[in-house]
Amino acid sequence: MQALGLEVLFKGTNFIRLLGGLGVALKISLLAVLISIPAGILLGTLMTASNPVIRAILRLYLEVMRIMPQLVLLFLVFFGTTRALGWDLSGETSALIVFSLWGTAEMSDLVRGAIISIPKHQYESAAALCLTLPQTYYHIIFPQALRRLLPLSINLITRMIKTTSLILMIGVVEVIKVSQQIIEANRMSSPNAAFGVYLTVLLLYFAACFPISMLARFLEKRAEI
Amino acid sequence: MDVSVLTEYLPLYKEAALLTVKLGLLGILFATVLGLVCAAVLYFKIPVLKAIVKIYIELSRNTPLLIQLFFIYYGLPKIGIRTSPEVCGVAGLAFLGGSYMAEAFRSGLEAIPLIQEESALSLGMTRFQTIRYIILPQAVSVSVPALVANVIFLLKETSVFSAVSLMDLMFTAKDLIGLYYDTTEALFLLVVFYLIILLPVGILGTILEKRARYAGFGA
Repeated sequence: MQALGLEVLFKGTNFIRLLGGLGVALKISLLAVLISIPAGILLGTLMTASNPVIRAILRLYLEVMRIMPQLVLLFLVFFGTTRALGWDLSGETSALIVFSLWGTAEMSDLVRGAIISIPKHQYESAAALCLTLPQTYYHIIFPQALRRLLPLSINLITRMIKTTSLILMIGVVEVIKVSQQIIEANRMSSPNAAFGVYLTVLLLYFAACFPISMLARFLEKRAEI
Repeated sequence: MDVSVLTEYLPLYKEAALLTVKLGLLGILFATVLGLVCAAVLYFKIPVLKAIVKIYIELSRNTPLLIQLFFIYYGLPKIGIRTSPEVCGVAGLAFLGGSYMAEAFRSGLEAIPLIQEESALSLGMTRFQTIRYIILPQAVSVSVPALVANVIFLLKETSVFSAVSLMDLMFTAKDLIGLYYDTTEALFLLVVFYLIILLPVGILGTILEKRARYAGFGA
């Protein structure tokens, strides 16, 4: 135990503090997902609209969010907008803004893909049955698209959790920051703490993401049938 | 925006971009090799190795690169495995990318119906010939879109390298903001340099995807 530095975890409230640190990241990802999913469904549906201006604008938004590393987006909001607009943003707020924008873009592309996968005759048949456009979407298109969409959007949650680990880089006190504090505080008594603590953090992230990935895979298998 | 500041910063960013590209490409190369090996192990169902590969894929896909890098760079030296920041970055990227590449290759191999293999064998082709001339050409063309997406994903992931004190683009930008407070210029160059790196790869990928689609069967 001494050699691997695992004993540090059982000292005082260290393990609880680590979990609290992970909680900060999880809270931000959960909030961002809660914003992204409805916004993504709205934008994704609009992306299938016939108006070329709307489509072009949404496409541009998606590509910008996609091509930039999420860390660059974080820097732009955290350092860039605060300087340019003179407001004061905490790390958590900038993270929430960035991950909601990014998540919305990713989600909208998933929704768009699910909607265009519905064959054209479904729309035509609905129109032939005198359903209005909202009725067509509500009763015909969305229920079918949802089947394909569900596993993909659950996958988005794990991607969100993994991506929110970046908030460390804009100075939010999360699980790595807490780890560093614990390792520093126990430098003398357990010099090997870094191994045990970082391994634990790695496994904590795994414990958070793995069940969600499994759920996504299960739903994916079911959607194929 | 101050143009003189931009020209002053330019050489720093150029150097940082070269480092990002160099380490990114090395990491992607190793990730591809690792992915190929893992996909082969899964495809041929090699007993013990198969279980190890499966555990590795789950572990690597369900943890963020940033945490993997922290573990490799700060954790592993405590049990005697010491790495330089460069080696750590490449190793981390290969560890993360290996599983994504393996999944891409696997999905390609799985897309080939069994009848293709059976027909080849019944025509008297050896096992090796079947894989070389029948399975691989079809599997690769199915895998291409996923592989391209992985390359872009991994290049973007290199942005966390600054966490292990590599002087990459993010590190340079943060450093300059801290030193001189020319936030707008520093961030502008950051975005421009990432676009220079990522846009050509994205465009090349789209072209490649279109060409590879011709090789698909039944489509």
